[in-house]
Amino acid sequence: MQIAHFTERPMRYIPEEPVLQNRAFFGVSNKYFDAEKSAHDYNFYLDEACYCEEVGFDAVALNEHHGNPFCSGNVLTTEAAILARITSKVKIVLIGTPLPVIKHPLRAAEELATIDIISRGRLVSGWVRGAGSEQFFNNANPAYNREMFNEAHEFIMQAWTREGPWRYEGKHFHYRHVNPWVKPYQKPVPQQWIPGVLSPETILWCAEKRYPYLGLGTALGPTCDMWDMYADKAAELGYQAGPENFGYLLPVFCADTDEKAQEIGKGFIYGGGQNAFSRPEHTLPPGYNSKAAIRMLATQPGGSWLGVSKAKMMAGRDDSWDASAYDELRQKLIRGYEKVQENLQVVVGSPQTCIKKITDILSVIRPGVFTVFAVQGTVSDKDRLRSVELLGKEVLPAIRAFGKEQELFGPFDRTPGSVKLAPGTKRAPVVDRVALAKLNLP
Amino acid sequence: MTTWKEQTVNVAGSELVLVRGGQGKPLVVLHDEMGYTGWMGWNEELAKVRELIIPLQPGFGKSARLDWAWRHRDIANFYQNMIRELNLGKVDLLGFSAGGYIAAEMAAANPEQLNSLTLVGPMGIKPDQGEIYDMFACTINTYLRASVASQENEFTNIYGGEMTPEQFELFEDARAESARIGWEPYMFNPSLPWLLRSAANAKLPTVLIRGKEDGIVPQDCIRKYKEALPQAEVVTIDGAGHRPEIEKKDAFVAAVKKVLS
Repeated sequence: MQIAHFTERPMRYIPEEPVLQNRAFFGVSNKYFDAEKSAHDYNFYLDEACYCEEVGFDAVALNEHHGNPFCSGNVLTTEAAILARITSKVKIVLIGTPLPVIKHPLRAAEELATIDIISRGRLVSGWVRGAGSEQFFNNANPAYNREMFNEAHEFIMQAWTREGPWRYEGKHFHYRHVNPWVKPYQKPVPQQWIPGVLSPETILWCAEKRYPYLGLGTALGPTCDMWDMYADKAAELGYQAGPENFGYLLPVFCADTDEKAQEIGKGFIYGGGQNAFSRPEHTLPPGYNSKAAIRMLATQPGGSWLGVSKAKMMAGRDDSWDASAYDELRQKLIRGYEKVQENLQVVVGSPQTCIKKITDILSVIRPGVFTVFAVQGTVSDKDRLRSVELLGKEVLPAIRAFGKEQELFGPFDRTPGSVKLAPGTKRAPVVDRVALAKLNLP
Repeated sequence: MTTWKEQTVNVAGSELVLVRGGQGKPLVVLHDEMGYTGWMGWNEELAKVRELIIPLQPGFGKSARLDWAWRHRDIANFYQNMIRELNLGKVDLLGFSAGGYIAAEMAAANPEQLNSLTLVGPMGIKPDQGEIYDMFACTINTYLRASVASQENEFTNIYGGEMTPEQFELFEDARAESARIGWEPYMFNPSLPWLLRSAANAKLPTVLIRGKEDGIVPQDCIRKYKEALPQAEVVTIDGAGHRPEIEKKDAFVAAVKKVLS
């Protein structure tokens, strides 16, 4: 099993009111940006990653977002390049490079290869389409998002493996002279882990490519369904999917006592938390999703992890919450905080509480990669580092032992897609639905 | 009461759904970026003097998407071949909003194919003052509400009540296709003012109609269209926003009938 630490690197000095007033992190004015405070935060997060290595995490994971203070990683490759030099053992997991958003796959190929070279082969190069909001804040045409994603990915695979110079004339990208003088350290290419929030198209694409799929805090029931979809596709393609094909990212905050953890863990709902990631009008830009996904959204009113729901999509600008009623709003958020914990989508507590809940989750979805998503909000350096320390020293050993006992092979323990399945053979289960039922989730 | 019918034709290499109704010489009508609203009062009035031929824009749910189309100009080319392949002869052309943008591209490419051009709140030219409202950065309902000065008259009939899943899907199709061809630069073609010289040289009879309270297309777009098409008559309709055809039907119909005559 591989255990990673992930943080959005929140800007911890931003007052909550502008976020609540904006009804989302995306679009909060950068007039609140403070160079001195950000300098502290950026440096702290790099140091925190080093500390994760010291206490025993296998990997540190980064992402990027634009136009918001929810995540200070605007250009994830710059931070990853620094980590490549200042860490020595951990994998540097990018979840991921938003290919359609940066719109320059040759540059991405070069930057990522540089990171892999400097780190001497520790890059895990994940790819994403970019959240809906990213399309706006980078003026990336959402109607071509998936096309551009696929084309950019195929181009990078060639740029990493093919001898140059060669010429590329694609649909969205054109390079008449491809000859990058930096190639990955890992041969033929670094591992690629793909994060997502249960888009069937992405899951099937991962199964075809034999890439591990990482569920981002997705509810356990639907996660099981999607793992099964992946495994069915894998069986069609002649391999048995296993834990090495799956990863799971879970918001976790650990403190010395449950009480303290509960209080500080409220950082997860700071400014509205995940549900206030982006405003309805930015969440599903036109053409970003397939027709099948739109149809599903139109007929199923249920919301998802990033706050997408039919009700929100159909709202007008003036139909939203009363942002001036902060107290009422905070009460609502706290009720939500309790609910996501009951649902095991956020784990907050002492080491013992964390171990119990995390192993409950792992027993159901059986991932080979487990990623801790560190607390959001204005949590202090000291409290964040204490969480890392408790996780590393007390929680991780227990999870590793559990993973070993359950044979939760990570992608670096067993190559994803390497377990062959003869045609016509029934595939083995990849999730434990009996364990899910026992959890008796609301 | 005019009867209208929906018809699927195969033109310019693709299946296209048309709404046709009325009698007389052909008036090709290009709907806006949110799709066809259905047969309204203004259709009824104009159908008394013309046969309305309303193509449902490719990719907007009913007509097949043209995978090769990148820009509004490409849709314009497709419609020009539609006119040729349906043997419509010389037509009058009426376009609303982004449909006006397509109509302007048609006039720029081949003014000789047209008897007249009527553009209603047309997108397509970048204004010097103000910006064309960003339809992609808001929800469907916000955009619909922004498109009228007041939610009265036929607006409620078209957009009132709760959106059904089918409506939602059609709107999303329209938004997706509009994004595909109009995301960047946003709903304008930087060359269009120069390309329109051919329509100016041909002295194509043109009317530019704008609701005085249009919140979608700034007044400056009309000024720039007028600059490119000096022969155009500008009609400003008081008390209307971006949809004068449903907000101030009579004034709208009178302006169109004038150029048709």
